[in-house]
Amino acid sequence: MKFLYAAYISTWVIHLSYAGILLRRYICLKNEIAELRK
Amino acid sequence: MKRAFPILVFLVAAFLGYAAYQALVIAPTEQTMGNVQRIFYYHVPSAWTAFLLFSINFIASVTYLIRRNPSADAIALVSAEVGVVFCTVVLVTGPLWARPVWGIWWTWDVRLTSTLVLWLIYLSYLMLRRFSTSGQTPVLAAALAIFGALDVPLVYFSIWIFRTQHPQPVIGGGGSIDPRMMHVLLINWFAFLWLAALLCWSRYRLEYMRRELEETQALEALLEPRSSL
Repeated sequence: MKFLYAAYISTWVIHLSYAGILLRRYICLKNEIAELRK
Repeated sequence: MKRAFPILVFLVAAFLGYAAYQALVIAPTEQTMGNVQRIFYYHVPSAWTAFLLFSINFIASVTYLIRRNPSADAIALVSAEVGVVFCTVVLVTGPLWARPVWGIWWTWDVRLTSTLVLWLIYLSYLMLRRFSTSGQTPVLAAALAIFGALDVPLVYFSIWIFRTQHPQPVIGGGGSIDPRMMHVLLINWFAFLWLAALLCWSRYRLEYMRRELEETQALEALLEPRSSL
């Protein structure tokens, strides 16, 4: 059972980490655009 | 479209939750392997999704080389990046299934090795795109993507062509599967396809914004009076 849970948890850790990376990039880009508009 | 995004995220999350419930609770327990077989409902759909994304990358790269269309280049980049994420899931969940079933984490068998090589090729593709400053980067990346795509059929058909330790395919191969298990497998695949579509769409929007910002910055630099002269 521990291997099953490890596989499911690691899948979601990978996907959520990638979603987090995308969100961080989005915030950085938004800040850069806002600075350019000043 | 901005307002639709949170609704779409909620719908995809709900579908993925339903798919996980089907995989963990509803699907029948396999007699030989027991519960560990349920890893299959994440491992196989992730592999199929990765193959699909790498195929999209191949088509977009060929289109870019022929037409020099910037949108095709952006699609190629996005599909490769999300494809690497799904391929990483395949390479992590595979050994977690193999350890209790085969007794080993990894073996240098054709299917496993070619999948690792595929992952490394697309990782190098992403590194090339990230760190190369040459104006020819999209062309070089498209050429590399075409070589990478040659590995996709090798990975897929390796279990037909070579004798491998990897189980036989459940569709069109020597393996067979309970119809209830197939139903759960397809639900999970559709859920992962929706997740991939959502990630690709978000990444494409990000790429579009980045390119627009770079164009504006370049234009501003051109228009700026040269105070140092």
